[in-house]
Amino acid sequence: MNLFLTIRIAIRALTRNKLRSILTMLGIMIGVGAVIANIAIGQGASSQAQASIANMGNNMLFVQSGSMNTAGMRGGAGSSNTLTPDDAAAIETECPAVRAVSPAVFANGQLVFGNQNWVASGRIQGTNEKFPDIRSWPIAAGEFFTEGDVRTAARVCVIGKTVADNLFAGNDPVGLTMRIRNLPFRVIGVLSTKGQNQYGQDQDDTVIVPYTAAQKKMLSITFINQIMVSAVSPSATYTAESQITDLLRQRHKLGANQDNDFFVRNLTDIAELADANAKIFTNLLASIAGVSLLVGGIGIMNIMLVSVTERTREIGIRMAIGARSKAIRRQFLIESVTLSLAGGVFGIALGVAASIVISNTLSWPTLISPVSIFASVIFSAFVGIAFGYYPARKAAGLDPIEALRYE
Amino acid sequence: MTVREVVSNNEEKGRDLLEAQVVTETEHANDPLLGPALITLEHIHKTYQMGDVEIHALRGVSLHIDRGEFIAIMGASGSGKSTTMNILGCLDKPTRGHYVLDGQDVSTLSRDELADIRNRKIGFVFQGFNLLSRTSALENVELPMLYLGLKSSERTERAREALEIVGLADRMHNMPNQLSGGQQQRVAIARSLVNHPSIILADEPTGNLDSRTSVEVMGVFQQLNRDRGITIALVTHEPDIAQYARRTIVFKDGRIKNDYLIKEPRSAREELESLPPIEDDEEDDE
Repeated sequence: MNLFLTIRIAIRALTRNKLRSILTMLGIMIGVGAVIANIAIGQGASSQAQASIANMGNNMLFVQSGSMNTAGMRGGAGSSNTLTPDDAAAIETECPAVRAVSPAVFANGQLVFGNQNWVASGRIQGTNEKFPDIRSWPIAAGEFFTEGDVRTAARVCVIGKTVADNLFAGNDPVGLTMRIRNLPFRVIGVLSTKGQNQYGQDQDDTVIVPYTAAQKKMLSITFINQIMVSAVSPSATYTAESQITDLLRQRHKLGANQDNDFFVRNLTDIAELADANAKIFTNLLASIAGVSLLVGGIGIMNIMLVSVTERTREIGIRMAIGARSKAIRRQFLIESVTLSLAGGVFGIALGVAASIVISNTLSWPTLISPVSIFASVIFSAFVGIAFGYYPARKAAGLDPIEALRYE
Repeated sequence: MTVREVVSNNEEKGRDLLEAQVVTETEHANDPLLGPALITLEHIHKTYQMGDVEIHALRGVSLHIDRGEFIAIMGASGSGKSTTMNILGCLDKPTRGHYVLDGQDVSTLSRDELADIRNRKIGFVFQGFNLLSRTSALENVELPMLYLGLKSSERTERAREALEIVGLADRMHNMPNQLSGGQQQRVAIARSLVNHPSIILADEPTGNLDSRTSVEVMGVFQQLNRDRGITIALVTHEPDIAQYARRTIVFKDGRIKNDYLIKEPRSAREELESLPPIEDDEEDDE
């Protein structure tokens, strides 16, 4: 007897007891649906964590100058003037785990264009030409300044979307000249929209200028506030961290008993923790949902046992007219697999629908993974075999004479 | 070996009872068209263990059935006739003794081998029809061919033919609950003969039918036996029904008590012709 025919017979047997079959399927359906929806929620959280890593920049680390210490009064991180552009250059050339480096200088001040003025909450940032690469923050219009602009401390700037909207109100700012702290700067580009960082701060409310221009023309300083570092890979951020620490301790001539006069902050670290948490969350949700799948499987076994008992006479007839034990076993096994697989398929639809509803109503990010759908199908078939085997074996082991006599 | 020789060789026979029987002439035993014995039972014993008690259902049954015979098996409840039928039908194995069916000793075969024998060589007709419910007559008749592994087109064709033979060609798409008892039994007969079995075993086939329908069903059996040479063995406890067969075997206490030929079997066809016609015996099916 071929498989296709057996499947057809199984489907017909199941449609004879529609309500019962549907209720049995419901167990698997809810189980699979719960697994898919929960994994979607967990994966959504995980991908959000990963997106925030990507948003921060390309495998990014910050080096911040340490605390200024004047007569016992400490100014806090970033207040000392120990970091120099040479430190940044040394990191780029001497740390193998580092891919790109940019010095960073920060200034506050008023921006003016025509009769509009604005103070950027994201400050005036002085960087070099590698900023878009390090922060993975491409240009939307115009272009970024060049190495030459940095070398000559050119008075050019690139502005964030928020600044463009507030100062230029609909005009194309590229090519126009605005005033930063009363100095004229030509706008040569507009950054693409980056959105909020994980603290809710608007990253687009900023102006980027060559750090040399900020140093010489705005602040009259020679030191820098921060070094932005991009490591060669996410895992290399840890190596980069220790290489930078060693290098800067050596460059700043710190003795073995002296504390660092700088801080290295590894952003990947924070994000990876968030990602790891999201993964634990996913596993927890999936295993809770897995329990409901197990319960669904027990439901199938229960119904198959009832079905075998009810159809004892049918089994007897089939055996009398020549069905081998194997054919009977296969018939019942395929019935239970059909039940669980159908439940699984409907469960996928339920899970996908639930994920969409959850992300729309609760605005939780959800991500339906193809792997979880595939795994659900395999798993529900497995449930059908595992929980259908005992009833099927029981049916196949019946004595034909007894079975025929069964009332 | 002729029936007569079997009878005389039967150790377990009730000799004096046999001599009292009318029939000693074995009309078909000399028929040159009939081949060697289809079924040979040799000293079959069947013992059941019920707790500590051993129940001897069969105490040495020897029997020959030739091709083309029509046998009625009779006996009181517990006489061993049902056990014999189960063994003949390869549903059960003898505790001792040999059963040779169509030249093959089937008494030692495995469960699956017996299933194959049942599928190919034996057709069953039961008292309670035993059709699959909510399955059309045609599909019920196709069922044995499913396990034989025939193609769909061949199954349908053969099932159609079998239903035509039993006169139900116009009812093949009806479900069992849309058919009268007699019609259901005819579907069961069609199912039993669809794999061209060596023998059809009928267990009280008229037990659930009224007298007129019983005659009709016996008519189908007689027609199959007479026109197609199909070997038939039927169990019955009604002497009237046994009269349609050509040989009667009577069981008592796990042994064959009597084995005789019926000289002039009743003819179901003639009886039906003489019965007053009723409007339609299929009126109850709608």
